[in-house]
Amino acid sequence: MNLKSAAKISLVGLRTNKSRSALTILGIVIGIAAIIIIAAVGQGAQNLILSQVKAMGATIVSIEGGREPKGLSDITTIFSDALKERELQALKNRNNVPGAIEVTPFAIVPGDIQYLGKTTNTAIYGSAPGMIDVLTLTMGEGNFFTEDDVVSKASVVVLGQETKRKLFGDSDAIGEKVKIRDRNFRVVGVLSQKGQALSLYMDEAAIIPYTTALTYLLSSHAFHNISIRAASEEEVPQVVEDAKRTLRDLHDITDPEMDDFRIMTQADAVSTVKTITGVLTALLLAVAAVSLVVGGIGIMNIMLVSVTERTREIGLRKAVGATEKDILTQFLFEAVILTAVGGLIGIIFGTGLAFLLTIILSKTVAAGWTFSFPLSGALAGFIVAAGVGLVFGIYPARQAATKNPIEALRYE
Amino acid sequence: MPLIEAVNLRKTYKEGETETVALDGISLKIEQGEFVAIMGPSGSGKSTLLHILGFLDTETSGKYLFEGKTIGHYSPAAVARIRNQKMGFIFQAFNLLPRTTVLDNVKLPLIYSKEKETDWDKLAKHAIEDVNLTARIDHETSQLSGGEKQRAAIARALVNNPTVIFADEPTGNLDSKSGEIVMEILQRLNDEEGRTIILITHETTTAEHARRIIHIKDGRIESDIGVGKNHRVAKDHQFAK
Repeated sequence: MNLKSAAKISLVGLRTNKSRSALTILGIVIGIAAIIIIAAVGQGAQNLILSQVKAMGATIVSIEGGREPKGLSDITTIFSDALKERELQALKNRNNVPGAIEVTPFAIVPGDIQYLGKTTNTAIYGSAPGMIDVLTLTMGEGNFFTEDDVVSKASVVVLGQETKRKLFGDSDAIGEKVKIRDRNFRVVGVLSQKGQALSLYMDEAAIIPYTTALTYLLSSHAFHNISIRAASEEEVPQVVEDAKRTLRDLHDITDPEMDDFRIMTQADAVSTVKTITGVLTALLLAVAAVSLVVGGIGIMNIMLVSVTERTREIGLRKAVGATEKDILTQFLFEAVILTAVGGLIGIIFGTGLAFLLTIILSKTVAAGWTFSFPLSGALAGFIVAAGVGLVFGIYPARQAATKNPIEALRYE
Repeated sequence: MPLIEAVNLRKTYKEGETETVALDGISLKIEQGEFVAIMGPSGSGKSTLLHILGFLDTETSGKYLFEGKTIGHYSPAAVARIRNQKMGFIFQAFNLLPRTTVLDNVKLPLIYSKEKETDWDKLAKHAIEDVNLTARIDHETSQLSGGEKQRAAIARALVNNPTVIFADEPTGNLDSKSGEIVMEILQRLNDEEGRTIILITHETTTAEHARRIIHIKDGRIESDIGVGKNHRVAKDHQFAK
């Protein structure tokens, strides 16, 4: 008997017990569907988080003053005036950090902006025109202030989209005078909608030249942050090293433990996100795999029932010339067909559900949530399902194959 | 060389300490083309004998030769081949596959044969025609009457064109009219096609269709007599042991 007729016999056997076959594969369907859903949603979540992390700027190296506190008593080290004009100029120097294409400082000014009696509480940053490139901002109206404005400590301001709307509504803001800490600032530009950039919410921001901020608005002359955009992702580690060396040289630091600054990159965040989502997905997949094993035991159980129930059939087949191998093949095929069909249905069903789930998630949780078909998961699921059939089908099939034909024929 | 030759066959079953003797020294010869009925009360060992003759079981001692060779001469797969090619089986309980058509039931032995798949339909239809069941060919077996079921089973036994047909109480589950039809078919297969038929029954009316009747009791042959026109063959083997 060839494999083709063996498969055919098995199919006939399964078809004569349609509802039981259907119920048997349910366990496999659920197991595989669960694996597909988890793999798809896990992949989608990872893609989403990674894309958001990357949107923050994969090439940005962010330096803050103060070092990581090594305990509660060490907490004051987080506040530091280590980053000043001198450090900014050192980092800007191409000889020190050749991989940097733009360097910009951030000085945070607490306070309100007023316009004609209207007040809005907003994040005011003292920065430089380089900020546009570092944060990849685009202008909605007008222009960003210039290097000349920085040098001359000009009283000019660029507003975020939301800040402009709160103060001016739909009317034109360019050229108008707003008040920050009783000082008049001329609006030179409005940013287009941006959302989050780095950890700054730019739509509700206002940006003034950092020289102006340090001179007139802040008591300290230190920056909160200096951000560097590296030429490429590959350059980031070198930029980090160069920035460290530059600052250590400048501050005569020989022991890295004594750094009075800390450097953060997106690469750290990306690898952390990958690790976390990877571990979570693996954990959930393990749970789903358990349901596959349970499904496999279900297959074995039903196959054993089937073998007992069809004892006479087995006896008859042997009487008319079936060998043990023929019977073994037939029942093994039945188990594998059951699980393979269950696996296929599970893949289709799971993909459909995962797709629906993605639509729901993209509407409720995050718009950027995209569907990705877990091809490797589907392939692995199918192979595992068929494998489950093979493994859990062997025992019942052996039981069938070794039945004594006389006993089998006598069986009532 | 006789088709079937048994020499002092013994078959015993052990259950714990007690030993049950099913066959107690059976010797017989059956030639090609004979129609033999083996009769005896239940527990006489006639079914055990049939199973051994049909290579479904093995003897405890003695010797059984089919076409001059013992079962030990063959591998298990070769034994399956012989059952497939040279023997046809008919059972009291029909043993047809449920929820399966007559045609597919009759095709069953072909699946395990060397016949080409393209010939299966033709061979099965021919066998079904031989038992006059063509009208029911696409019916599932549950839709058939008892007599029709047994005729389907006969077609299945015939489909591989076997040398010998073993029938184990073929009329046991049938009313007398259907039983008569089944026996007429078997008789015709013997008369017209020359097939060897070995029949087990405890009904005299059924046994009367055979040319030779062997009575068995307590695992021994009580009598072996020829009847009807085939008297000659029977005479040769009367009380063969």
